[in-house]
Amino acid sequence: MTPILELKGITKQFPGVLANDHIDLSLNKGEILALLGENGAGKSTLMNILYGLYQPDEGEIFINGEKVMISSPTDAIEAGIGMVHQHFMLIPVFTVAENVMLGYESVKYGDFLDREDASKKISEIAETFNLPVNPRDMVRDLPVGVQQKVEIIKLLYREAEILIFDEPTAVLTPQEADELFKIMRSLAEQGKSIIFITHKLREVLDVADRIMVIRLGAVVGETTPDEADKNSLAAMMVGREVSLVVEKEEKTPGDVVISIQDLVVADKFQNIVVDHVSLEVRAGEIVGIAGVQGNGQTELVEAITGLQKSSGGQITLLGEDISRATPRQITELGSAHVPEDRQADGLVLPFPTAENLVLCTYYKEPFSKGVVLQYQTILEHAEKLITDFDIRTPSALTPVSNLSGGNQQKVIIARELSRPIQFLMASQPTRGLDVGSIEYIHKRIVQKRDDGCAVLLVSPELDEIMELSDRIAVMYRGKILAVVNRSAVTKEEVGLMMAGVMPEEDFTAKKKHVVERTF
Amino acid sequence: MTSATQTIEHKRIYEISPSRKLAMGIAELLIALVILFGFVLNSAPGTLTRFVMTPGGIDVGTMGDWIIPTRSTLIALLIITTAIGIYQLIRGFGRATNGMIGLCGLFLIFGFLTWQAGGTSVNLAGMLASAVLLAVPITLGAFSGVLSERAGVVNIAIEGMMLMGSMFGALIGSITNSTWIGLLAAILSGMLLSLLHAVLSIKYKINQIISGTVINIFSAGMTAFISQKYLQTNQALNNPPLFPRIPIPGLANIPLLGPILFNTNVFVYLMFILLVVIQVALFSTRWGLRLRSVGEHPRAADTLGIDVIKTRYVAVILSGLVAGLAGGFFTLGSVGRFNEGMTAGKGFIGLAAMIFGNWRPLGAIGAGFLFGFADAIGSKLSLLGSVIPPQIMAMAPYVITMIVLAGFIGKGDMPAADGEPYDKE
Repeated sequence: MTPILELKGITKQFPGVLANDHIDLSLNKGEILALLGENGAGKSTLMNILYGLYQPDEGEIFINGEKVMISSPTDAIEAGIGMVHQHFMLIPVFTVAENVMLGYESVKYGDFLDREDASKKISEIAETFNLPVNPRDMVRDLPVGVQQKVEIIKLLYREAEILIFDEPTAVLTPQEADELFKIMRSLAEQGKSIIFITHKLREVLDVADRIMVIRLGAVVGETTPDEADKNSLAAMMVGREVSLVVEKEEKTPGDVVISIQDLVVADKFQNIVVDHVSLEVRAGEIVGIAGVQGNGQTELVEAITGLQKSSGGQITLLGEDISRATPRQITELGSAHVPEDRQADGLVLPFPTAENLVLCTYYKEPFSKGVVLQYQTILEHAEKLITDFDIRTPSALTPVSNLSGGNQQKVIIARELSRPIQFLMASQPTRGLDVGSIEYIHKRIVQKRDDGCAVLLVSPELDEIMELSDRIAVMYRGKILAVVNRSAVTKEEVGLMMAGVMPEEDFTAKKKHVVERTF
Repeated sequence: MTSATQTIEHKRIYEISPSRKLAMGIAELLIALVILFGFVLNSAPGTLTRFVMTPGGIDVGTMGDWIIPTRSTLIALLIITTAIGIYQLIRGFGRATNGMIGLCGLFLIFGFLTWQAGGTSVNLAGMLASAVLLAVPITLGAFSGVLSERAGVVNIAIEGMMLMGSMFGALIGSITNSTWIGLLAAILSGMLLSLLHAVLSIKYKINQIISGTVINIFSAGMTAFISQKYLQTNQALNNPPLFPRIPIPGLANIPLLGPILFNTNVFVYLMFILLVVIQVALFSTRWGLRLRSVGEHPRAADTLGIDVIKTRYVAVILSGLVAGLAGGFFTLGSVGRFNEGMTAGKGFIGLAAMIFGNWRPLGAIGAGFLFGFADAIGSKLSLLGSVIPPQIMAMAPYVITMIVLAGFIGKGDMPAADGEPYDKE
């Protein structure tokens, strides 16, 4: 049988990086092929070539045995290829029907939109593939899981046969992810062929028929879920053995370091995104905020670190009210912030590593005297941190923009953790990092906690929350649904709460008891 | 299968913000105080206010004058405004908060007119008729902005396009002695400038504000040069014919509305036609859906095979077409000659009207009428010999623009990719 899709010798060179190095891939009809690799391994580049967003330097694409040229998304759509992008390609202020038909509209009387006809077709697809959506809903009002279904319907509406899913679970709760896998399975059973891009090992083992591992732009191996396990896949991905568990001892927390009372924060559209949140973090404990991205965590963190004004409530850090304090005042009280978007908020990319390492302290002795920066001291300080935190950089004067993501993150970690701090606000500290860097950063955070620092950790990765936290607060649509002891919950229970489902009565009663004990 | 999907209810801050509720209530009570001390206590009992309800020079659709007792009317306005303010402070109007403050503002203006005309008369219909005419360039400017910004290109060059349009309208209109050829020239000059804006901001990805500013400065200089060099030395080149008043049979006979809306010049009719055309084209056609998608999320549009660059070019050039038309209004529909800088910031006020109108044609025309009315009050009352200096009254439309732009009304639905050049990678 001819494969429905074949890529032969695809090569793509970016300035300084060989993103794809003679990649061969074949996909059979009705099959789910997982493309596994770390961030930056070249998976997304390969799929963008297939979807016509990039042009390959070398290589050929065959569909049903026939050679095709794909030079734009229009070509890809015509060839029956559809892609669910990692960042949804949906327009929030359009309805589901408008989003689905955009570019492929139903019209009447010349150029007038026929919304009725489009809605009817969408309902038929929804029925056939069990993807319940209402064509008249505004996309911005839909939960992320439903938005993803809209993306899938978009492809089916165009009668795509080859479906590419680019990191589709990044924004989903574990339960939503399981539902997505069910949908993928049923699509495959109905004859659609699927390429599934991910860096999460569990998902690959759960859903794929076949697994292809990519490292540094080249295919390093092919296997099936039956033959592989998590450890062997991780080793293939990284190129060495890695430890997947964090080691950490039980500790008794000390005094309350930060206390949030009834906090309300609104976004720029005046929607309430943090809705009367109260939370405490004590010295020597890690409190993890679990929740799907976009449930108010970002705004909560910005309010705590002084980057955004709150509309109500109070935040007290080490006995001082910081609700109206500036970021610098908050930093000087002894707090550190590892921001969610390291390139936008954590670093000044064109500045040298050494300068980025003193961004919080440059104006104080010994880094400056009066208004003059003491460059010698700044450089010595940088050399020391580069050694201590194992930052791989050609020199202290190299701009941080030239460092890899993992090393950029280490620069932030070094800057924030090398100061005498009592509170650490870590927001997605390992986002997009390779397994090796994750291991290192986790160790550092646990070490800070052991030194008596209060740590508030925000992460959409449930595994990370489960491994690091002493207590877990679940955030859902701007509210903290529950605060529970790590040891008293399972991953499934937290996952359910992330979807807004509160556990049953007896469960809550048990948990309440635990919560009271911890306070 | 479950057919219903869950949707998220957005709670808004104004529904819970006590400070906003308080501020609005206080503002309303302040308006009540102004009515009390400014007007009620300054008016003599027994005086009458006469509002003339037919604009001057009109003989179809006339109606009798409207005579009201000055003081009782003012007291009624005072009581209603105070009641609104107190209710706002105690209970709050929730979603209707903005509407209520707007209503109080309207009462303030009406109270001012009633007080000012106490014992004499004001031609209210004449004021409204001139408000409509003054609203034309502002509304057309706002339409121009809607077309371009809905596709994601900020166009602050509307002012320059209008100025250029008004100059070429006068020049070509004088040479050919034809209003329509003059108007065509005005439109073409607007389109040419917008093509320049499109090339600079879409192709070369120059900051759209800079590109627009450059075009504004260029237009001011160019029109001043041609005006001084040719139009002033040879008055025959600056004497275009004016579009006549065209009464619409039947409709022109409706009292009050007829003379104001249906017995006027072609620009007012074009404004209403464009309102319908743009509203329908943007929100009910394939063309409009694609144009809006490019202004909201160009990358998404691109992945669906929509040509982002071409769509933006078309939108900006149409924006120039409407701006040129607005320019033609000054010389061919209103004044009958070109004066340097005669657009006087109407293009910018048009942009304010676009924002105030939430990037929608219907909202834009509403905002255009508001600004036009502010303008009309300013000019009429300075003729009436008000105690307020005419210079202060002339500032009214600009002050209202500033208040509106300062976000007093709250943030609207700006296209998400407005002002961002599109890079295909």
